[in-house]
Amino acid sequence: MMIKLDHINKYFGDVQVLQDINLEVREGEKLVIIGPSGSGKSTTVRCMNFLEEPTSGHVYIDGKELTRKNKMELVRDTTSMVFQQFNLYPHMTVLKNLTLAPMKLHGKSREEAEELAYHYLDVVGLRNKADAYPNTLSGGQQQRIAIARALCVQSKIILFDEPTSALDPETIQEVLDVMIKLAKEANITMVVVTHEMGFARQVADRVVFMADGQILEEGPPEHFFLNPKNERVKKFLSKIIR
Amino acid sequence: MSGLFSEDAWLMVWAHKDTFILGFMNTLETSMAAILLSLVIGIVIGLMSMSDRSLLRSINRVYVEFIQNTPLLLQICVLYYALAFSGHKLGILLTGILALGVYHGAYMAEVFRAGIGAIPKGQFEAAESQGFSYVGKMYYVILPQSIKIILPPLVNQIVNLIKNTAVLYIIGGSDLISLTYNFVTGATTGGAYAPAYLVCGALFFLICFPLSMLAGLWEANLKKQDGREAGAEKKVAAT
Repeated sequence: MMIKLDHINKYFGDVQVLQDINLEVREGEKLVIIGPSGSGKSTTVRCMNFLEEPTSGHVYIDGKELTRKNKMELVRDTTSMVFQQFNLYPHMTVLKNLTLAPMKLHGKSREEAEELAYHYLDVVGLRNKADAYPNTLSGGQQQRIAIARALCVQSKIILFDEPTSALDPETIQEVLDVMIKLAKEANITMVVVTHEMGFARQVADRVVFMADGQILEEGPPEHFFLNPKNERVKKFLSKIIR
Repeated sequence: MSGLFSEDAWLMVWAHKDTFILGFMNTLETSMAAILLSLVIGIVIGLMSMSDRSLLRSINRVYVEFIQNTPLLLQICVLYYALAFSGHKLGILLTGILALGVYHGAYMAEVFRAGIGAIPKGQFEAAESQGFSYVGKMYYVILPQSIKIILPPLVNQIVNLIKNTAVLYIIGGSDLISLTYNFVTGATTGGAYAPAYLVCGALFFLICFPLSMLAGLWEANLKKQDGREAGAEKKVAAT
């Protein structure tokens, strides 16, 4: 198993946001997590790299238990994350954004890091923006750069936390296209929190539906389109699939 | 001696110009050491306010509130006289540096806290998600972004610190203010009040004004940049 969540509970103060989450993600699997807002889907992926530490339960990444002590090394060596708000470093050019972690954390030389950066800029189709600053780019472009930044460290796992939710409708597709390309071509384990059911249908090996901090239903994407069992799931899907 | 601005008075000041130069140099030296100390205290105490550990956050609050809400004059008296009575004589220069560094360190801490606090949470998370250590995250990602927010108020604190070297008078310092006061009240040199104070003021102005100007320019520049960034964000939102 690439990722294993074992009886995860998470409280924010008195509020329980995750209730006994058990989830396994295989190597190379494309897992999509859907569900209404406030259902705990973001918290679930953020537990996978300890941006949120579970109140109880265990997280295993590539066979190793993730702990407060080893999170820096384990996260660095295994996972990348793409955020809803992109979170590019605004004081650096695109190229610097892409080469920072490879050079400072993964021991790459400048030449190696830049070669990687240009390679992945090609993958996301933004080679010509290497010297631009993030805030001069559109939201869709920034998110594609953020995906390239995640790819540059060549981790086995990429976590996507609502990568298209902050985008304008016209730019959503360009980001989804990059993600679809990745899902089809690369053996990267992808965990994607999203409302984009078209994306889920195209690339997901498995879809998980969450509500109120619990996993209510899971299965292949067709299952959700054809015959979801849970009433909450049916109601939710009827609203987002048009 | 007749008249506040009489020629005699000016000549008297000129004849003792070494006194003023000495005071000026002493004030500069004390300030420089105290600025360094206050920066170190400011960074360390300021970062404590961002810590996950409540103990460190408590230390930050107690330090800042206690120092900011008691007079500097009292602090320097405690450091000098109270410690002297208990047998730990620090010396005037060291006392001055410590008192000013500790006092302005509390204000610097607030400056750093505000500057780092202004950086969006997502920046911290992006660096953490890449596996940066606390130091790496601060050094590569957070501080380069907060420095432009921190610099203007930081320079203001430096200017205040330089002016506050005046409190050294209470412990018999040989800073610019103290020496000026000694000069105008001295048995052999007394009386040249106006020229002496003017010269003293001019010397302070000579250090503090360029610094203030610099801070003002930075601030204006920062506002302009903010405008550009907000504009860029709007453009993104509109695309």
